[in-house]
Amino acid sequence: MWSLIQIELYKIFRRPRTYIAFGAIAALIVVIQLGLKIDGDTYAAFLMKDINDTLTVDGKVLNGYLICYILLQLLLVHVPLLVALIAADMISGEANLGTLRLLFSTPFSRTQWVLAKFIAASVYTILLLIWLAFLALFVSMWVFGTDDLFLMKSNYVVLIEQNDVLWRYVGAFVFASFSLLTVTSLGFLMSSMANNSIGPIVGTMSAIVFFTILSTLNIPLFTVIKPYLFTTHMNNWKEFFDIQVNDSNEAIHGSVLNIPKIKNSLIVLTLHIILFVSASIIIIKKKDILS
Amino acid sequence: MSVIKVQHISKHFGSLKAVDDLSFEVQAGQVFGFLGQNGSGKSTTIRMLLSLIHPSSGSIEIFGQSIEKNRAAILEQVGAIIERPDLYPYLSAKEHLHLFAKVRRQKIPITAIEETLEKVGLANRANDKVQTFSLGMKQRLGIAIALVHNPSLIILDEPTNGLDPQGIADIRELIKKLAIEEGKTVFVSSHLLSEIEQVANQILIIHHGKKMVEGVTKELLDPQKRIVQIKTMNDAGTLQVIVAGSFSNYLLPRKEGIFLKIPTYEIPLLNESLIKAGVSLLGIETKNSLEDYFLQITSNA
Amino acid sequence: MKKYIINLFGCSLFFISFFVSVNVLAQTDPLIEKVSQKLAQVNDYVAEGTMKTDVSFIKASLGKVKVYFKKPNLLKVKKEGGISLLPRGGVSLTINTLLNTKQYTTIPSGTQVLNGKNVTVIKLIPTDDNLDWVISTLWIDPVEALVYKTATTTKENGSYEITMQYGEYAQQGLASKIIFSFNTKDYKLPNGITLEFGDEDPAAKKKALKNKKGTIEITYSKYTINKGIPNNIF
Repeated sequence: MWSLIQIELYKIFRRPRTYIAFGAIAALIVVIQLGLKIDGDTYAAFLMKDINDTLTVDGKVLNGYLICYILLQLLLVHVPLLVALIAADMISGEANLGTLRLLFSTPFSRTQWVLAKFIAASVYTILLLIWLAFLALFVSMWVFGTDDLFLMKSNYVVLIEQNDVLWRYVGAFVFASFSLLTVTSLGFLMSSMANNSIGPIVGTMSAIVFFTILSTLNIPLFTVIKPYLFTTHMNNWKEFFDIQVNDSNEAIHGSVLNIPKIKNSLIVLTLHIILFVSASIIIIKKKDILS
Repeated sequence: MSVIKVQHISKHFGSLKAVDDLSFEVQAGQVFGFLGQNGSGKSTTIRMLLSLIHPSSGSIEIFGQSIEKNRAAILEQVGAIIERPDLYPYLSAKEHLHLFAKVRRQKIPITAIEETLEKVGLANRANDKVQTFSLGMKQRLGIAIALVHNPSLIILDEPTNGLDPQGIADIRELIKKLAIEEGKTVFVSSHLLSEIEQVANQILIIHHGKKMVEGVTKELLDPQKRIVQIKTMNDAGTLQVIVAGSFSNYLLPRKEGIFLKIPTYEIPLLNESLIKAGVSLLGIETKNSLEDYFLQITSNA
Repeated sequence: MKKYIINLFGCSLFFISFFVSVNVLAQTDPLIEKVSQKLAQVNDYVAEGTMKTDVSFIKASLGKVKVYFKKPNLLKVKKEGGISLLPRGGVSLTINTLLNTKQYTTIPSGTQVLNGKNVTVIKLIPTDDNLDWVISTLWIDPVEALVYKTATTTKENGSYEITMQYGEYAQQGLASKIIFSFNTKDYKLPNGITLEFGDEDPAAKKKALKNKKGTIEITYSKYTINKGIPNNIF
């Protein structure tokens, strides 16, 4: 099995297409960082318009931690599309290329191949996330410095002390890995059903866009199904950045407001991953390899 | 000993019968020629042998074991190329062999990889990416992948596709060498009889998924025997006469008409028997060779 | 940004230490003169304390702060390594304005009982229309000569109150705790900007609507008085 994973990883990282996503993330992050470096104060002033009516905020608001949060907010919506580019191609791409029959006529079972491919795609996804973390967090920390995280949410502001921030990012990235692995497994499922790459890639992207729209619309009809949509849960990494307050409205250092919500989301995402991968295995096992 | 034993396999894709009640056996050490025009069901059969396609009915045994039940153990000893030589364009020939050497239980030494490349004539292009390869070179690499783990059964689906005459001759020699010198069983398919007849001990011709002819190549191509088609007004009555006159051993299974493969000297006897029995003969057409026969059944399609 | 650093805590302190003394010069009020004399003992100080921000739409933890003061009008509140939220009211009502214009009159407004203490109330009204503040009221304990509360109405930044408590450093007129109360405005960022499309937390929403009054309080633990402070701190 390990040798299959090695083979799949080798193939992924020998393919030029793999690096598109790494390049795209780097380009996006650098552009946003550059923009914020040059004109970030205007952006911060815009965000803090309401606050500035009442309070004066003293300190480095636009520090690396906030930049990272802004980047993640923007990118974690788009990175799934980049993940789909590889994940949805893992099986169908080989079917299209005609190499799937080479793999499936080796002594390893189709289940083993599918799992190896999923694990390899997951490794790719995690590496993409680590790359994202490196650029969004560590490069931002280096370029913009660090300070408390002054987070402007829709209805309130959270001020997290800087020594209480980094572990939250670790948590957020671990959570995001579950989100992205859900996308990987969805892409995989689509991939198992087709013999060309484009269909599953477009299909996965469309599904993400479609479900994201359903998740974001506050329409009563959709509210019923929302808790079951993986896209509803994918964004809950943000929960790591909400903090509990005590009776006198003091934020409690090291606390997270809604841990059950995070746990629930992780369970829902994990169930999705298991469901999608299992379905892929069943489909592939039953499939006649005609490509 | 049968290396491959196929019993009554059929494969349906919807209403299409790709393979229809096909049975055959391949003996150890044989070069088995599997002949049929494009779309005759050759590749579907080969894919079933490799468990890429699940048969609708029938059973397949390889090395005496069911492919459904002992897939891994069987495929450990099988090397195959299937149809086109589809490979990873971004990998080199050597990388391909390294990857496919990894999927075997036994450790394959680097020397084996180099020897295999040498064997198929790709040693000088070992590090070039496949995207720079011609179709013929890809075909050679496909064969190398099939051979790298030193399998005892080699299944080659149209191995000479895209090869130039020299390449075709090389592959032919390679097949002979594998069978004669290395004692391997080779199952080779083609749509060209001329390619098969020079290497195969046994030939099976398949058409529309059904077996047409199977036999030892020497006998099938025996110049002393002719294939004849008997054209009559009454096929059923004619068949009765053939069976009664002890010509039944020469009958070839064909639904398009009555075909016999019969020693040349017996053709007049056959003629005589039919006339004596009052069969309204329209004619007895003689086919000059298996090639003619093959061409005829394939051109009728 | 830097000019905003001086805040209403600063304002409050100056209020006590300078505004009053200036007023004494303007209209010799015996009580204010007494207060002024007390405050005159302090040329500079560094105070350490904890700052608590209690605004309905802000979740912040207690932060350690240092308050630097130097005569005649330098004051700065620094949070130790972090972002601090300071009331905006103090920005427009700088001590400079108060000290330099000297354009106000004092109106003795009788006595009141404040937290069980008899205090004298004195109102200050600016005589210059250009000043940002409209009126300020001081609650002074005549016996201790300590200002316990001020309430100021500004033209643009609303009204706010400062309540002082005294302890160890009462002799120098320095408070042990200052509570700054002010009115907050609505806070809302569109979901399109925050990219928060999930269900809103109803508890947070309710809480945000409940309380429109914000307070920021500093509890001082230690003053270092008259040891000299370089000007580059401010």
